[in-house]
Amino acid sequence: MADDAVIKVRDLLVGFGDQIVLGHLSLDVRGGEILGLVGGSGSGKSVLLRTIIGLLPKRHGSIEVLGVDLDQANEQERRALERRWGVLFQQGALFSSLTVRQNVQFPMRENLGLSPRLLDEMALAKLEMVGLTAQDADKFPSELSGGMTKRVALARALALDPEIVFLDEPTSGLDPISAGDFDELIRTLQQTLEITVFMVTHDLESLYTACDRVAALADGKVVAEGPIATMLESEHPWVKTYFQGKRGAMLADQRMSA
Amino acid sequence: MGEILLTSKLKGERLELAAGGSWTATHASELEALVDGVAGEAAKASNVSIDMAGVREFDTFGAWLLERLTREWTASGRETVILGLPEHDRGLLEEMHGVNRQPPIAIARENKIVAGLAAVGRAGAGVGRGLMVFADMLGALGVATVRMALRPREFRFTSTVHQLDRVAWQAVPIIMLITFLIGGIIAQQGIFHFRKFGAELYAVDLVGILILREIGVLIVAIMVAGRSGSSYTAELGSMKMREEIDALRTMGFDPVEVLILPRIIVLIIALPVLTFLGSMAALYGGGLVAWLYGGMSPDIYISRLTEAISLTHFKVGMIKAPFMGLVIGVVACSEGLRVKGSAESLGLQTTKSVVESIFLVIVLDGLFAIFFASIGM
Repeated sequence: MADDAVIKVRDLLVGFGDQIVLGHLSLDVRGGEILGLVGGSGSGKSVLLRTIIGLLPKRHGSIEVLGVDLDQANEQERRALERRWGVLFQQGALFSSLTVRQNVQFPMRENLGLSPRLLDEMALAKLEMVGLTAQDADKFPSELSGGMTKRVALARALALDPEIVFLDEPTSGLDPISAGDFDELIRTLQQTLEITVFMVTHDLESLYTACDRVAALADGKVVAEGPIATMLESEHPWVKTYFQGKRGAMLADQRMSA
Repeated sequence: MGEILLTSKLKGERLELAAGGSWTATHASELEALVDGVAGEAAKASNVSIDMAGVREFDTFGAWLLERLTREWTASGRETVILGLPEHDRGLLEEMHGVNRQPPIAIARENKIVAGLAAVGRAGAGVGRGLMVFADMLGALGVATVRMALRPREFRFTSTVHQLDRVAWQAVPIIMLITFLIGGIIAQQGIFHFRKFGAELYAVDLVGILILREIGVLIVAIMVAGRSGSSYTAELGSMKMREEIDALRTMGFDPVEVLILPRIIVLIIALPVLTFLGSMAALYGGGLVAWLYGGMSPDIYISRLTEAISLTHFKVGMIKAPFMGLVIGVVACSEGLRVKGSAESLGLQTTKSVVESIFLVIVLDGLFAIFFASIGM
């Protein structure tokens, strides 16, 4: 396995009660790539993401992020590590009582001790980077559309210029055009900011346009890993159905002929 | 902080800056101070060069501060060149070049007197609107009740029983405990103070009349407003936030009929029951204190009690109870439906619901006191 991995998951076991969701799973995410994690509904994609960022307890195995073993890290090291990653939650998880601007400023305000002027400028800069305008900055999350919510959430995830960004279904609930725009946005930002992106997704389109590598999750394990071409060759039944089913095949044809 | 982030040298007309270290979020506030410092130095210079070759790390914070610096100088007509920026960081600077171009939106200054008057006006209108909402809910409730009376089969019996369990049955222990203690306290105070006049026996009159007419029902109503009223508001509010109420409406159900009517009916049933249990617990507590603290045997307490109180006192308390239940329910439900999108508004409406319903319960109690006095009860 690659040495330049920024996220190393080894032999991970996660379960709830009697149910084992992830059984002895290993996965590497390399620095500077966009990794797409796919899997059927309920296959444990989000569980894997939440376990890596420490929201769910694991039963066995080790997780290493940016060279820090999460089990060995003390409180302070963990905090420092958490500042080096950003998370976009599926529903955005914006703070509903803060405006868009305050949402983006929140991590900066708490961690960096910036002047009010710089805070405002940086918040607007981040919002403009994700394609929003100054007019949106003083809206409340309840006034935003689904696509805007995702963009604000991305701006907040990027607030501290993290090295890794975790995206939980970034394009779910968006119309195909907005989803395509969002994929492109992630791609551009990833290139300008030189970040590593770990993306959980259902969206075949995203996998084709945004991701460098794909990992397919089934039966609690990574059953296939690699670029799209590897996925198309995989013999695993679920991966085969997913990538070579009606919609998958259509996209594959488009890409190949393009 | 060992690294030097920015140094400046003035050579005649030319200001030469050399940057180094980490131009990143972690050092953003130091950097801002440095950048603001050198911004003034350029006053004497006509052209500026910034050497970025020494910079090890560069992120959007650094890029923005660099952009801010160059933007100011370019705007004032100075020639500014950036040297030695690595190729892969150019994109970031390019990105920053486009942002924050719009002038900040000016916030209109308000006249203080006008603002004050406006606040008073808004508060007045708010009170008016609150009353309207209350009346609206009462009306909707009336309509729903009539509709239920015409089609009693559609009444949500299961939901009602479930709510009755939560609001009445599960509240019994805490309500009885609290009223028991209150009864004991009233008895103790009565005995303590009446003893000075040798009128200890009248403490029993005090306990009996006060509890049956006023305290029993008030304490129970306040407890229920805090316990069940708040949970009604929070429930309906979060259902509103998650569009569950809209979903009901689109399926052809009236939320008042499905959600609110059973809840309010339950309160109207629960309050008299709880008031009865609470009053009994309070009288029991009073009797126990009279016995243990005042040395009054239970026989004497009971016989004195039967002399002091009449069915009228009991009726006065019990008649008030369902109305208080109605007020608590209507306030709680209408506040719940006024919750907007944010978590903060859910908290705000829940607080308002409890404060308003306790206030209205006390006002209602006062009105009933006048009413009963004028009809001689």
